[in-house]
Amino acid sequence: MGWFKRLKDGIQTATKYKKEAPDGLWYKCKSCSETSTVKELKENFFKCPKCDYHVRIGSHDYFDIIFDGKYNELFEDLYSVDFLEFTDLKPYTERLKSARKKTDLTDAITVAVGKVKKRALVIAAMDFSFIGGSMGSVVGEKIGNAIDYSLEHKIPLMVISKSGGARMMESAFSLMQMAKTSAKLTRLAKAGIPYFSFLTDPTTGGVTASFAMLGDINFAEPKALIGFAGPRVIKETIKKDLPEGFQTSEFLLEHGFLDFIVDRSELRDRIADMIHLFGY
Amino acid sequence: MVFLDFEKPLESLYHQLEKIQQVGEEGVLDVEPMIKELETKIRNTRKDIYSNLTGWQKVQLSRHPERPYTLYYINQMCRKFIELHGDRYYADDKAIVGGIGNLDGMNVVIIGQQKGVNTKMRQFRNFGMANPEGYRKALRLMKMAERFNMPVVCLIDTPGAFPGLEAEERGQAEAIARNLFEMAQLRVPIVCTVIGEGASGGAIGIGLGDRVYMLENTWYSVISPESCSSILWRNWDNKELAAEALKLTAEHMFEFGLIDDIIKEPLGGAHTAPEDMAKALKRHIKKAIQELQEMDPDERIEARIDKYSQMGHYERAGEKVEDKPE
Ligand SMILES: [Zn+2]
Repeated sequence: MGWFKRLKDGIQTATKYKKEAPDGLWYKCKSCSETSTVKELKENFFKCPKCDYHVRIGSHDYFDIIFDGKYNELFEDLYSVDFLEFTDLKPYTERLKSARKKTDLTDAITVAVGKVKKRALVIAAMDFSFIGGSMGSVVGEKIGNAIDYSLEHKIPLMVISKSGGARMMESAFSLMQMAKTSAKLTRLAKAGIPYFSFLTDPTTGGVTASFAMLGDINFAEPKALIGFAGPRVIKETIKKDLPEGFQTSEFLLEHGFLDFIVDRSELRDRIADMIHLFGY
Repeated sequence: MVFLDFEKPLESLYHQLEKIQQVGEEGVLDVEPMIKELETKIRNTRKDIYSNLTGWQKVQLSRHPERPYTLYYINQMCRKFIELHGDRYYADDKAIVGGIGNLDGMNVVIIGQQKGVNTKMRQFRNFGMANPEGYRKALRLMKMAERFNMPVVCLIDTPGAFPGLEAEERGQAEAIARNLFEMAQLRVPIVCTVIGEGASGGAIGIGLGDRVYMLENTWYSVISPESCSSILWRNWDNKELAAEALKLTAEHMFEFGLIDDIIKEPLGGAHTAPEDMAKALKRHIKKAIQELQEMDPDERIEARIDKYSQMGHYERAGEKVEDKPE
C-alpha cells in the first residue's frame, strides 16, 4: 500500500498540523524550476516528480511516511521558556510565540512511537520551520526522554535531524544539550538498543556535532546539506569558493561519515529492514 | 604592558608613575611620597575597574595577549610532563596539546587547546582552533588514561573548532560528537577548566567532565559574541550587547548550575600574577580528583550522565518546571 493511499484512508492524525510542504495547487521546484501539482508532489513522497528533489517536510509528514498508519505522540507537553530573558532584534519570547503560531508545533522536535511494518520504533523528528530547527533545552530534553522511552520499552530509536544547529537564545543551555544527548545515548548503546540517525536537509552545527553523528547507522536523504560549520563561515575563513557538492550527503558518504543515502520513497522499507536486521 | 580599552585610566597612571620615576632618577627631588600616592591610586583604580566588569570586558580579558595558556599551566603545575603527539590516523594537531604529567605525586593525562604567544606561534597553533585530528588526539589520550587508571584534566581555551574545508572532509562534527559520547562513559575522573575562551562545540569537544570549572575572567557560550551579533543583529557592531545577552560569564554559568565552581583570578586578571593563578588552578584540580577518586567508576559515570541530563529549562504545559532567575 502506497503511503498516499494510507494517507487518503484517513488513518492519519497529522491533518491538524500545518505541513512544512507547500500548500496550494501548484508546486514549482526549487531545483529544476519545473512545475507540478501539489497532489503529484505528495504522491511522490514530497519529491519533485520531474527531478526527485527532496522537498523539506515536517516531523508529521515523516511519521505519515514511515509509520504503519497510527502513531502516538510522546512528551508533547514540553515548551521552551526564555530563561535568559534573551533579546536581540526581537525578544526570544516573541520568536517562540510566532513560531508556535506559524507551525502549530510546540518546539523544533516531535517524538512519536509507532510501528514500521509491525516492528516498533521511536522516532524523534526535527522541524526546520520552528526557529530553524534549532536545538534548545526542549529539543535536548525530548531526545533524552525518547532515549529513556526506548530503554524502558526496548524499542529502537531513530532521530530525524533537520537543524541549523544550536539555539543561540538559550546560550550555554543550548550548548549543554550536545553533552546531554550524547551522554544519554551511551545508555542506549550499553543496553544494546539500536540508534538510527537519519540526517536530512539541513543538518549543521551542534546537532551534527552530537547525536546526529552518533548513530549505529548514520544515513541521509539525497543532496542534504550536512556539516559542522556553515558553508558561508567556511568560505569566509578560507577565502576561496567551495567545491561543487561540498557538505552534501554524497560528500559525507564519500568521506566515510554515512552508511548510505536513501531515497524517500524507499525510506519505510529500509527502516523496517534495519530494525529487522538488528534483531528487533 | 598591554592595556585593554577599559584599562585606559590605569594606563595614564602607569605613565605618570614612569615619568616620576625618571625624575627621581635625576636625584634632585624626593619623589618617594608621590610614587607611594600613585601606587595607591593604581591599586584603587584597578579594584574599581575589576569589580564591575561587563560580559564583553571579560571576553576581552579572556583574550588578553599576555594571558597564560595551557602549556604554561602544565609546566607550572607538573614537575614532570611528557607531551604526546598525533591522533594515529592523520596528523598531529598543534591547536590541542596533551600528555602525561605528575601533579604532586599523582599521574594524570592533561589535554588542552593551545594558543600561540606571538604572531608566528599564533599561526602555528591555528589560534587555538582545532581540526578533527586534535579532538581525536585528545580522545586517544583519554582512552590511554582510562587503561592506566589516570585521571584526565582538560584545559579549555578556544575561539571555536576550526571552520575549514578539510576539517569538514575529515569530520569535525563526528570528532566532537565522538568525544562527547566517549567522555560521558570514560571510567576515570575528568576535571575540565575553562582557562580562557570557551566557544561552542570546539570547547565542549574536550569539556564534558565530572567537574567543570571556569577561571573568573573567562566565558563559555554556544557562540562568540561577534558571531552572535552578526547573525542575530545582522552586523558586527553589537558584540557588547550580544555578550550581555548570552550571559556567558563564569558568574552566570555558576548561577545556572552549568559549571561546578569559579576559580578566582588575581586582581587584574590571570596574566598579572600567572604563578599564583597556576597554584590556584592546581589546588582546585587536585581537590576535585581526590574527591572523584572516592567514587566507584560506575557510580561516577552514572552521576556524570545524570548531571548533564538535568541541564535545561522548559515548561510543561500549564505549569512551570523551573522558576526564572531574579
Ligand atoms: Zn525538480
